[in-house]
Amino acid sequence: MTFWIAVGSLCAICGILAVLLVIADRYLNDYGICKLIINKGAREEEVEGGSTLLNSLNSTGIFIPSACGGQGSCGLCKLKVTAGAPPILPTEEPHLSKEERADNVRLCCQLKVHENMELEIPEELFNIREFNGTVESLENLNHDIKRLRIALPAGEELDIIPGQYMQIETPAYKKTPEPVYRAYSIATDPRDKTHIDLVIRLVPGGICTTYVFEHMKEQQTLALNGPYGDFRLTDTGKEMIFIAGGSGMAPFLSMLAHIQNEGITRNVTYFFGARSKRDLICLDKMAAFEAALPNFKFVPCLSEPMPDDNWDGETGLVTEVMKRHCPDLTEMEAYLCGSPGMCDASVAALTANGMPAENIFFDKF
Amino acid sequence: MMNLLVIFLAAAFTENILLARFLGMCSFLAISRQMKTSVGLGFAVVFVTTFTAAINWLLHTYVMVPLGIEFLEFIVFIVVIAAFVQLVEMIIERFSPSLYFSLGIFLPLITVNCAILGVSLFMLNKQGFGFWESLVFGFGSGIGWLLAIILMAGIREQIKEDKIPAGLRGSGITLIITGIIALAFVAFSGMIK
Repeated sequence: MTFWIAVGSLCAICGILAVLLVIADRYLNDYGICKLIINKGAREEEVEGGSTLLNSLNSTGIFIPSACGGQGSCGLCKLKVTAGAPPILPTEEPHLSKEERADNVRLCCQLKVHENMELEIPEELFNIREFNGTVESLENLNHDIKRLRIALPAGEELDIIPGQYMQIETPAYKKTPEPVYRAYSIATDPRDKTHIDLVIRLVPGGICTTYVFEHMKEQQTLALNGPYGDFRLTDTGKEMIFIAGGSGMAPFLSMLAHIQNEGITRNVTYFFGARSKRDLICLDKMAAFEAALPNFKFVPCLSEPMPDDNWDGETGLVTEVMKRHCPDLTEMEAYLCGSPGMCDASVAALTANGMPAENIFFDKF
Repeated sequence: MMNLLVIFLAAAFTENILLARFLGMCSFLAISRQMKTSVGLGFAVVFVTTFTAAINWLLHTYVMVPLGIEFLEFIVFIVVIAAFVQLVEMIIERFSPSLYFSLGIFLPLITVNCAILGVSLFMLNKQGFGFWESLVFGFGSGIGWLLAIILMAGIREQIKEDKIPAGLRGSGITLIITGIIALAFVAFSGMIK
């Protein structure tokens, strides 16, 4: 008898508490319809309050970059929220610098929509989309660099600006328990709206590059999103210098194709740094660009040519070769793509020869 | 009135839930590294002990004793604490976002703090506690826990730069200090006969 009373009253107590919580949730968590006022009223969206800003924006078709899926660990989903946001949360603190805090920058995966919000979203994010592409070809450019050509799903088109990058998803495999995203510059001719080409160098131990080199197969599907980034050609008409080695060539392949398509006649010199002949890539493509563009010059520089390379081109570090070729840089622009170390060294060499810092554009990876 | 004051002082000092009973140690050790978070967690504990003690007293006196199911007190108390914390979290999020954002992350942590369950269980051992006595006992115990974690956070911030033997760093030295503070608290026993 006591047993049944015990079971009965326990169930009753738990049941009453559960009902209380459900009712509370119904009334307390109901924030009604909230308005998101984007870019000072340029766009307005109405969403159901109570969920995170990231998910609310997603539901209206605005895709904000986020690599961790809203866990607050990647710090990519930063947006300026000028009204309607609560104070900074402990989960946001590690990702926000002093300047960003003063500027109302927030992590939109942590912020919940509780009232009307005013926010600013960079225009290019409206173009960002997600695709399930197909790996069309996987080609060796040299001993450690591959070109990956991805076809977008049938009927889909993507407009890119040369210099932008895409993120590709590495699915979970033995090196990673969960999917990870890595960014690669787009190397595609911008006229080709149905394909994405990426140039990927094998990084020893790298999660995504190891996957591409050891596990990826042609015809498999690959999730990707983009395009992102504000690395792009200016329209100042100034003479341009490109500096990049290895897979840093990717954005310049796209930019040169654009220069050719548009009939741009600006002078361009591309300094390509490599160790020896086996590290050079896409020489045939560069020769084709040189033939088609009278104002384009490709200057490969080898820092340590091997004896049997029979190298008669430029030798030395790419920064030194560039300094020899261009003693006066005051009226030129430079575009860099490479590791932070390579970019910093190039900036130092460029400014030493008189290039104003605001004329240097780079894509560090 | 005098009686309630004695209950409060006894709960906060002589029978300090952390320093005399050593309950609620896990969050105490983990959180006391920083003063700011310690104060946040401390106030959350005060709030939850006070109200769960009162609710549990009502449940025990008016439901469990009449039905003769006092042996269910553990499980019922835990369920009540968990549900109460959930409810409080929702209410605070709705009506005081600023308090939610300073306290918010500590509330779920409290559900599994054994000091909270301890307060409800010790309350039953006290003879003749009525509703108000239980409420004050819960409040006093919470204040005691808050006091202990603030003391510890202050000390830990002071010794952060000190050269502590490698084997004692972190929870080792914290436990030793807790013991010394507990000895000091024994002195309070003269206060209440």
